[in-house]
Amino acid sequence: MIDRELTVTEDELHAYVDGELPDDRLQAVTAWLAAHPDQAALVAHWRMQADAIRARYGAVANEPIPARLQLDRIEREQANTRWSARALTALAATVLFAFMAGGGAGWFAHSATGSAANGSDKITADAVEAYRLYVVEVRHPVEVPGSELAHMRNWLSKRIGHELSIPDLQSIGLKLVGGRLLPGPTGAAAFYMYEGPSGERFTIYCTKAGGPETALRFKDGKRYASFTWVDDKISYVVSGPADRDRLETVAKNAYEQIDKTGVKKG
Amino acid sequence: MFAFAGFYWQLAAFGGLGSRDRPNAAPAQVGGVLKEGSLATFRQSVEVTIPALRRYARSLTRDADLADDLVQDTLVRALRSEHLFHGGDVRAWMYTILANLNRNRLRSLARRPAMSSIEENDAPDLAGPEAGGRDIERALALLVEDQRQALLLVVLEGLSYREVADVQGVPIGTVMSRLARARAQIKTYLDGGRPALRRVK
Repeated sequence: MIDRELTVTEDELHAYVDGELPDDRLQAVTAWLAAHPDQAALVAHWRMQADAIRARYGAVANEPIPARLQLDRIEREQANTRWSARALTALAATVLFAFMAGGGAGWFAHSATGSAANGSDKITADAVEAYRLYVVEVRHPVEVPGSELAHMRNWLSKRIGHELSIPDLQSIGLKLVGGRLLPGPTGAAAFYMYEGPSGERFTIYCTKAGGPETALRFKDGKRYASFTWVDDKISYVVSGPADRDRLETVAKNAYEQIDKTGVKKG
Repeated sequence: MFAFAGFYWQLAAFGGLGSRDRPNAAPAQVGGVLKEGSLATFRQSVEVTIPALRRYARSLTRDADLADDLVQDTLVRALRSEHLFHGGDVRAWMYTILANLNRNRLRSLARRPAMSSIEENDAPDLAGPEAGGRDIERALALLVEDQRQALLLVVLEGLSYREVADVQGVPIGTVMSRLARARAQIKTYLDGGRPALRRVK
């Protein structure tokens, strides 16, 4: 026998079948199989399985591609969908504006108790509105891409008049798409957008607070929801799809990071 | 919570991690690997994966319509995420998207809380024209989804262990144990035994 033979592991047998075995082990495995017919039979069975799978499904790749999977068609359909989504968002914004301007109770007023609360509700409403407006944007969701983080932080901090921190949410699978500047009820507002692996989007909205410090508050909507808090004179609103657990994870992560930055500064 | 198996690779695939942060990232000369910013090439790279995606989806679901639904959703998602694709292997990225969509589908089918080993609700007797016989299609139907994916990516799609590890977001050792278990289960089944399947951890 070959001196390097020692023993061959099952992993090596799989690697042998799949062409992943390092060249320097090839001889050892071949010799091993010659000496162990039961193992050789197992390897032959695995190969038979692979052949059967390829025989059963291999030809699918040669079939003509159905019309609904042609990229031209998919792109056309997507463009139509985007258009109507945008139109709907615009319509919804108009209706909402008319409702609020008309002295209606407003979306969030059910929990309003005083003028301070009204101010923060207005901020939340604006933040959720910004979320609804920009979450459907495919081409231009942000003004500054997340890759220009330092520039974005300086620019937005200057415009808001407060040293902002932009939470890093990669540990929970969210990539910073970027940010933009928006008009808010109390002045300029900074708006960051994050995107998850399945394309789900979350946004953080920050602006000068209309009230005192608060803990996290949850606001539920039909399709979108948000968490709001006030820390160090800044209102924060984290908005996303109406999945409370997921949103809470995002909000807590952001909250902790912003809180930590504040402590360091203080 | 969201327990994506292919999480690490997804982060990499969606540009969350630079390719330099990804161990053993696919070398730049491999076909389908793109540099940042080449959008026309991105679209072409997506397009050339369609036949392989259809084959993989068919073998995963063993249902032609369902498989093409999955491919369609995968393509929509890939095109929509074009601006997030910062280089890497387009094909592996597409397999990742497809696998996650299929996992979500199985999860909603199962309608029960499960952590990672969700098994399919497909009864083996619905598996195909050869129902009644012990064929490879029915054998695949009995596997746990992660094991089925690992086996099919290796033997049907010809991915390396490293690439499957990236797609599934697990270490290579996990890929190998999934592969080993899949092969053992199929053998038991084809040999006429009753495999110890349909267990939920």
